[in-house]
Amino acid sequence: MSAERAGSSAQAIVRCAGLEKSYGQRPAIRNLDLTINVGERIALFGDNGAGKSTLLQLISGLLRPSGGGIRVFGRQPWGGEGARARAQIGTLSHQSHLYEELSARENLALYGRLYGVPDPQARADALIAEFGLTGRRVDPVRTLSRGMTQRVALMRALIHHPALLLLDEPETGLDATSRQILANHITEQETRVTVVLATHNVEMGVSLTTRDIVLRDGEIIHDSVSLGEQRTDANRRRDEVTRLVASRAS
Amino acid sequence: MSRPQQASPPGYLGQIRILLAKELTVEFRSRETAIPMAVFAAAALIAFQFSFDLRGGTLNLVAPGVLWVAIIFASLLALGRSFSREVERGSLDGLLASPIDPGALYLAKVSANVILLVVLEAVIIPLAAILFNLQLFQPTLLLTLLLGNIGIASVGTILSAISARARAREALLPIMLLPLLVPVIIAVVRATALAIDNGPWGDIQPWLAILAAYDLVFLFVSSLLFYVTVEK
Repeated sequence: MSAERAGSSAQAIVRCAGLEKSYGQRPAIRNLDLTINVGERIALFGDNGAGKSTLLQLISGLLRPSGGGIRVFGRQPWGGEGARARAQIGTLSHQSHLYEELSARENLALYGRLYGVPDPQARADALIAEFGLTGRRVDPVRTLSRGMTQRVALMRALIHHPALLLLDEPETGLDATSRQILANHITEQETRVTVVLATHNVEMGVSLTTRDIVLRDGEIIHDSVSLGEQRTDANRRRDEVTRLVASRAS
Repeated sequence: MSRPQQASPPGYLGQIRILLAKELTVEFRSRETAIPMAVFAAAALIAFQFSFDLRGGTLNLVAPGVLWVAIIFASLLALGRSFSREVERGSLDGLLASPIDPGALYLAKVSANVILLVVLEAVIIPLAAILFNLQLFQPTLLLTLLLGNIGIASVGTILSAISARARAREALLPIMLLPLLVPVIIAVVRATALAIDNGPWGDIQPWLAILAAYDLVFLFVSSLLFYVTVEK
C-alpha cells in the first residue's frame, strides 16, 4: 500500500490506497483513496450501485479487495489475520445477521461472547432496555416486527462498544425513538467513536456527521475534507450533497 | 457510548465451543434437519428390507452397504442446510465480520454435523438391527461409525460452504460430495462388514487407518482453506 496515497495521519484508523473491488467484470470500487481518522463521523452518499455498501464491506473485512490496499487499525481486515481489527468494528448492514430461532437476548449474548464482552448477558440486557425491547427480549427474533428486528441488529452492532461503527442505511424500519437513540450513539463525543454512515437520507446524514463523501460508480466525487471545506453550514452541506447525488439522476 | 471494559475475544477453542453451542441450539429449536434425516434414513432402510431378499450369507454382504447408503444420503440433508441457511438469512456475514477465525467456524460446523449424524445413527442402528436381525452393537462398529461420520462431515461441510452461494446448490453439493466420499464409502462398508462378522482386529484396522488418515487430511486442509470458500 502506498502511504503517500493513503495519507499519513497518526490517528488514521482506516487507510485505503488505490482500492479496487470488482464483481466479475463489473467494477464496484475504482482506485479509491481514503483515510478515516479517529473520532470522525462520515456520511457516505451516492445513488444505488455507487459502491457505498461495497466500501463498508471492504472496511469491515467481509470483502477482500480486487486490487490496491486497505488497512483498518493497521491490519488487513479480512480472514484469520483480520480478527483483531474486526474486534473493534461494529457493523449494521441490510441484513440483520440475527438467528431467527434465537431471542434478541440470545442473539446479543452470542455475539457478545464472540467479541469477548466481559458480561455479555448484562450488556445485552442493558442495550435491550435502552432500545425499549425488554418486554420482547425472550421472544424468538422471527416473531419480531421489521422495526424491532432492526433495533436488535443495531444492538448487535453496538454490543462490544466498537471503536469503528459502520452503518449501512441504519434508519430503515426504525421508529422515531429508535432513530433518536441511534443518533445519540453516533454523536456521542465521550469515547470518540468513529462512524461511517451510508445513507440516502441526506438530511439525517448531514445532521449526524461532520464529513460528507459522495460516491459515483465506485469513485469518490466529493470529499468535504479533501476539499478543505468549512464544516459549519449544514444547509450548504445538504444542498451540495443533494446537487451532486441528483446530478447523476438527471 | 461508553466503553468501560476492554473486550477480549475468545481463543480458537473458545470460538468453536460458542459456535457449536449456537449450532445445536438453533437446530434444537428449529428441528429442521435431525427429524427429516431420521425419517429419510428409516424409510430407506425399510424400503431396502422389503426390496431385497436379505437372508443368510447375502445379508452380511448387503447390509453394510444398505446402512451406509441410508446414512450418506440422509447426511446430504444436514450438509445442504449447514451453510445455505446461514447465507439465506445473512448470519454468515455476521459471523465473518466478527473476530472469529474462519477455521473455528468450519470446525464448529463439522462438530455439529458429526453430532447430527450420531443422533441419526442412534435412531437407525437399532432399527437396522431389528430389520436385518444383526448384532450391530459392537465397539469396532461404533469406532467405524465415528470415523465415517467425521469423514462425511469434514468433506461435506467445506463443500456445503462452497456451494452455499451457488444458485443450484441443491444439485451441486451431491455432485461434488459423492465422488470425494468414495474412499470413505469403501472403507466404512468394508470395516462394517468385518465388524458384523466379528472379523479379526488385524483385518479391520487398515480400513480404520484409511478413514482416520482421510479425516485428518480433510480437517486440517479444510480448516486452513475455509475462508477462501466462504468469502463473498
